[in-house]
Amino acid sequence: MAQHQVNYLKDGGLPVALTTIDKVVNWGRSNSLWALTYGLACCGIEMMASGASRYDFDRFGTIFRASPRQAELMVVAGTLTKKHAEFIRRLYDQMTEPKWVISMGSCANTGGMFNTYATVQGVDRVIPVDLYLPGCAPRPETLQYGVMMLQQKIRRESASRAQKPKRLM
Amino acid sequence: MRAYTPKDNVQKKPYYTDRYWVAPQVAKHDVSSDDVFAHDLDAIKAKFEVLDAYIQVDQMVVIINAHDNFAVIEMLKNEREYNQLSEMSAIDWLATEGKFEIFYQMLSMSKRKRLRIKCKIDEKESLQSVEKLFRSADWSEREMYDMFGVIVNNHPFMKRILMPDDWEGFPLRKTYPLQGDEFAAWYEVDKIFGKEAREIIGPENRDPARIDRYDTERFSRLGHEVPRGTDITNGEPDTPLVYQEPEGVFLIEKFDAEQSVVISDRHR
Ligand code: SF4
Repeated sequence: MAQHQVNYLKDGGLPVALTTIDKVVNWGRSNSLWALTYGLACCGIEMMASGASRYDFDRFGTIFRASPRQAELMVVAGTLTKKHAEFIRRLYDQMTEPKWVISMGSCANTGGMFNTYATVQGVDRVIPVDLYLPGCAPRPETLQYGVMMLQQKIRRESASRAQKPKRLM
Repeated sequence: MRAYTPKDNVQKKPYYTDRYWVAPQVAKHDVSSDDVFAHDLDAIKAKFEVLDAYIQVDQMVVIINAHDNFAVIEMLKNEREYNQLSEMSAIDWLATEGKFEIFYQMLSMSKRKRLRIKCKIDEKESLQSVEKLFRSADWSEREMYDMFGVIVNNHPFMKRILMPDDWEGFPLRKTYPLQGDEFAAWYEVDKIFGKEAREIIGPENRDPARIDRYDTERFSRLGHEVPRGTDITNGEPDTPLVYQEPEGVFLIEKFDAEQSVVISDRHR
């Protein structure tokens, strides 16, 4: 028998942690948010900067994926044109549940400065949005803070129950 | 440039009083003032009817009949060394003349000269494609069709280039509203959800200055976040930036602002 010097009964020595299923699942979910790359315009550059070494999204477990099937977070970064609206909806539908959407920048929030015939006036006309980030463009810090807020939101949700489907209508 | 007007008291009176300001025309010079252009113009005149010709900002402008466009540009390319079509499009004069003006901006590398061929067509009239001469005309003509509805004959792929294929209307016409007609306003809703969803989703908010300080259905202020739909007419609480829940998160060390280190030496 090994001669361990561990006092199992002293606090912290127990190799056991008590928690609930909800907490574990949500902890996992919130710390591995795989985001679908969705750079549509200049905000996309800030999103890429957030993923690059200086701001380093990977340490939050936010890894950008190029396929909606592998993603659970959609960061809509940029101007959504009317021509593109049907594709963003299709890609959103292809993402697996549970899924979340961050609308990044004025353009994605409200159409921003593009008050024209060709721009969707806010992505929330097409897909349900969880978090709006203000700014034109929001700095990477804002996006990081936004992701952290989203992580909080995820941790508040109940993991065992099926997620209430988010519907625009 | 517009003349300077004092703007000290702009809040009191309308700002854009020169809304219908018309820019003065740049001076036109006679073609004979430039030898190279004069020869080119003679060559065109020998074979085609020239309605007008002048030099403006060191570029010759030649106005021809629309049915001559292919032949004139072919001649300029093959015989007069204008070997590049740098730009072409249409201008909407439907309101004043009932016509489109089509322009072809050409460049001669060897002569170092730029020349512009112009012609006018009616709204329903179509035009001969110059795509066979210059590949650059391929997309330009498609754009011209997309934006103005000018139909080009003998184009290999006459289809919209920027707007969706099922778009109605031609956005660069002066009669097209900047914020879109009804079709444009409901385009994405109609296409994705169907017309019956219009009432549920509601019209677009087209007022960029609209700020509802008390709207918490859509936005909350950073640092003053409240749950969705809270009534905040009596002010909202100040919420300091929190990166985690107050009680901490399972398996994650809580960020302690006191113990954080600010790195001042960036070359560390
Ligand atoms: S919000 Fe600003 S930075 Fe972002 S896509 Fe729109 S114009 Fe570009």
